[in-house]
Amino acid sequence: MDLLTISSIALYTAFVLYLVATGFFGATIKDKQSDKRKGNISGKIGITLTIIGFIAQLVYFITRWIVSGHAPVSNLFEFMTFLGMCMVLAFIIIYFIYKLSALGLFALPIALIIIAYASMFPTEISPLVPSLQSHWLYIHVTTVSLGQGILAISFVAGLIYLIRQIDQSVKSKKTTWLETVLYTIFLFIGFIVITSTFNLMDYNATFEYTEQNATTTTEYHLPAIAGPNDGTLLTEDTMQPLFETPEWMQGADAGRKFNTVIWSVITGSILYGLVRLILRKRVGAAIQPMLKNIKPDVLDEINYRSVTIGFPVFTLGGLIFAAIWAQIAWDRFWGWDPKEVWALVTWFFYAAYLHLRLSRGWHGEKSAWLAVAGFGIIMFNLIVVNLVLAGLHSYA
Amino acid sequence: MKKIKCECGHVNPEGTVLCEACGKPIEENQHIDGNDKRKLLNMRYDGSARRSQTYNKSIIDKTWNFFSSVKVGVWLIVITLIASAIGTIFPQEMYIPADAESRDPSIFYAERYGLLGQIYYQLGLHNLYGSWWYMTLIALIGISLVICSIDRVVPLYKALKRQKPKRHETFINRQRLYSETKSVTKEEKEKMVNRLKQLRYRVSEQDGHILAEKGRFSRWGPYVNHIGLIIILLAAILRFSSVLYIDEYVWVREGEQIVIPGTGGEYLIENKDFILETYDENDERFQESIMQQGGMIPSNFQTNAIVYKQQEADVTGAESELEKIAEQEIRMNEPLKFDGYTLYQAGYQLDEFKSMTFGIYDTEDEDEEGLGSFTVDLTSPESTYELDNGFTVNVDKYYPDYYMDDGVPRSETNYPRNPAFVFSVYPPETETPEISFVGIGRNIPATEENDYTLGLEDFQVRDVSGLTVRRDYTLPLFGIGAAIFMIGVTQGMYWYHRRIWIHPKDEGVLVAAHTNKNWFGVRKDIEKIIEDTNVNMVEDQQELDKK
Ligand code: HEM
Repeated sequence: MDLLTISSIALYTAFVLYLVATGFFGATIKDKQSDKRKGNISGKIGITLTIIGFIAQLVYFITRWIVSGHAPVSNLFEFMTFLGMCMVLAFIIIYFIYKLSALGLFALPIALIIIAYASMFPTEISPLVPSLQSHWLYIHVTTVSLGQGILAISFVAGLIYLIRQIDQSVKSKKTTWLETVLYTIFLFIGFIVITSTFNLMDYNATFEYTEQNATTTTEYHLPAIAGPNDGTLLTEDTMQPLFETPEWMQGADAGRKFNTVIWSVITGSILYGLVRLILRKRVGAAIQPMLKNIKPDVLDEINYRSVTIGFPVFTLGGLIFAAIWAQIAWDRFWGWDPKEVWALVTWFFYAAYLHLRLSRGWHGEKSAWLAVAGFGIIMFNLIVVNLVLAGLHSYA
Repeated sequence: MKKIKCECGHVNPEGTVLCEACGKPIEENQHIDGNDKRKLLNMRYDGSARRSQTYNKSIIDKTWNFFSSVKVGVWLIVITLIASAIGTIFPQEMYIPADAESRDPSIFYAERYGLLGQIYYQLGLHNLYGSWWYMTLIALIGISLVICSIDRVVPLYKALKRQKPKRHETFINRQRLYSETKSVTKEEKEKMVNRLKQLRYRVSEQDGHILAEKGRFSRWGPYVNHIGLIIILLAAILRFSSVLYIDEYVWVREGEQIVIPGTGGEYLIENKDFILETYDENDERFQESIMQQGGMIPSNFQTNAIVYKQQEADVTGAESELEKIAEQEIRMNEPLKFDGYTLYQAGYQLDEFKSMTFGIYDTEDEDEEGLGSFTVDLTSPESTYELDNGFTVNVDKYYPDYYMDDGVPRSETNYPRNPAFVFSVYPPETETPEISFVGIGRNIPATEENDYTLGLEDFQVRDVSGLTVRRDYTLPLFGIGAAIFMIGVTQGMYWYHRRIWIHPKDEGVLVAAHTNKNWFGVRKDIEKIIEDTNVNMVEDQQELDKK
């Protein structure tokens, strides 16, 4: 068995272990107060499995590093997978401080979604272009991810807080917003489901189209609902696009990306709709009763604490190390490249959060909303900026 | 200045909310920190007298108050955040892609992004980060930062220095963590004090009142990090000076030795060789990825360079001598440094033409037997070439980087990447020339009746390296600023200022605690110190679910 296979198996193992651990954390929550001891036991099993899973993921990371000769943080798949791993690490640390099992019930699925999402992108090992051949690549990317992983825990705590605290007895603006957040998570699941389905079927349709006055081809792995602007389908026996991607959508493979978004929205919405049909109430309302035993103060504290721990790490990795590397590689430590700007936006956002916490009235629910928004910015930087506004850092 | 004397005897400055010594709320100032509406005291600045909360008469007061408001600070941050994000909607001017049909911003944005692009350009958003208003925003954040910090740090420092272990009861029972125990023995009290010491609290006592404190230095974290930010802003301002900051770009051809711009003619660079390497397509590890990306993934850009320094000539008029001061392979991520300057591998141009040799043929001659030839050195083309066989060739037009623009020949750049010429050929002893257009793969006589044809016989090419030249004396300042910022945030975020008060009352004690963050941690400390005593665990008086 070669090392690359071991690496893939290790990642798969980690994935399964996190999944099983989630189940055990879930079991802690259902228990009544009287079953506290039983809850403790399943919590312990949960965290143990999480740690073993984390070690498996470390094995994936190290073996892949050995095979490729560089730290596996250089394309979207590798980077997002690493982010998932950092989130798990941050969760483990916070768990040992606060011993809150419910955190695992939410943190692990989110890490799982991130890892699964990552795996939908090309997973081959790619060589490093000259600008990336620097130790600063590892130092910068790993620190940023760690910071983002810790900040993600504040999102998780914020989300639990909102589900726990928002009044679900009547429909309100707050319940709608909360549902929107949960619905967004479904869209990611939709993306994963539909992409893996058609991957299994080995679906492939090639289009020819013009971009920047040059004729190029693009490969669709999902049936084309939206074809490329002015494109022609080359592959036979595949679906003709229903319509064309509008011309104002620019950039490499705009059509294919737009098509993927459409599919994710459709699949995610169907999944969400099914869940709503089964539950017969808002998803938030359905989860709420499970969270009765958690003290909101603890959630607020975890939310804030994760930001206070994550903010310095993020600053160090995302701004300072990034600047040092940019100075060496591109002769300027700051260049207003979209990726850099969004790191700055993230930084400003959490600075605003910290300052708002100085005043009364911003603790609790408002902080929880902020934590959710902050994570939204982080994801925006990882996904939209990479795939749409791509600049120097373009991974995909 | 109106001083306020507290019943404990301490004289407080005007505007004090909680007596600096005993913490008793000063009646008439409770609105300042909003304590009048709540049970819990606002402890953020220990109720110290801040200038911004005390005076509001003159214009100076008003400006000061404006900038020292955290609300204003947060607004400034949020506005800057939104502005920064807007700058990424379309590429900034410097990131207009090289393959764009027109890189002129007045055309590019409208052409590629339509009306929205046009609006973007006309609002000046294509140069957002260098705009006066963006810089003003940053400057306002800087001002706000300074004033805000000064406003708070001094009074906070004084209040913490003057605090006494003996506190007023209302101060104690209006803390967030609080408990009352009716009867406590002397031994139990001693036990608590000892455990506090074990937990490394600094314990002080006054008439049986105990104050245990640790991590006070964490309170200075925010001020330290703000100083770091200010240093970074100052460094950014200094960058506008050309003494401290030079940014130039230079193209050096292989074999060429030229003056490095920005150095006042003092230094020269020689490009010995430019090397571009790509990944091996047969490398098993990368095969798949290389195929996917269409082959040819570069693995290295490199310039083998030598830097010379111009020696002062001893005698005026004498040739100045060159001293070799550095020889290095410049790669991406491996710049060359000398005497405060740094050279970065930034661009390249492969196979630029160095010289071209043209031959003259008789148009009728099927065998293309050369009648004579001449060589044009493209770095300095001459205007006339006299051939041995009596021919004379004039260079009428020279397009170093030829392209057709709506039927009109033009040169895209000044670099000989695709040279083309219009020649006038004067055969021996003739007055009227024949006009010929010659380029790569092109040879167009002006008329059908040309007796002679020009053809490209030979050429030499060479690579060109693009290097950025930097001298940046502001870098250390940025580094220091960033380091101070990091020290400040770590200090403020990873350490906590905890205070625990033990306040005797009748037979028992009141216990209260305050921390600037991590309430969970201070609760755990208290659990430890009251273990196996009668003392009640503190209650959190601010429960979020009770609201
Ligand atoms: C981007 C700019 C800024 C950054 C990155 C920044 C960063 C920070 C950080 C990390 C803290 C510590 C927060 C905590 O410990 O919870 C802090 C505290 C503080 N900042 Fe800023 N700050 C910025 C701008 C400002 C501005 C413009 C103001 C003025 C209104 C301001 C006023 C304060 C105050 C009053 C504190 C609290 C001090 C204390 O707790 O004693 N900051 N800042």
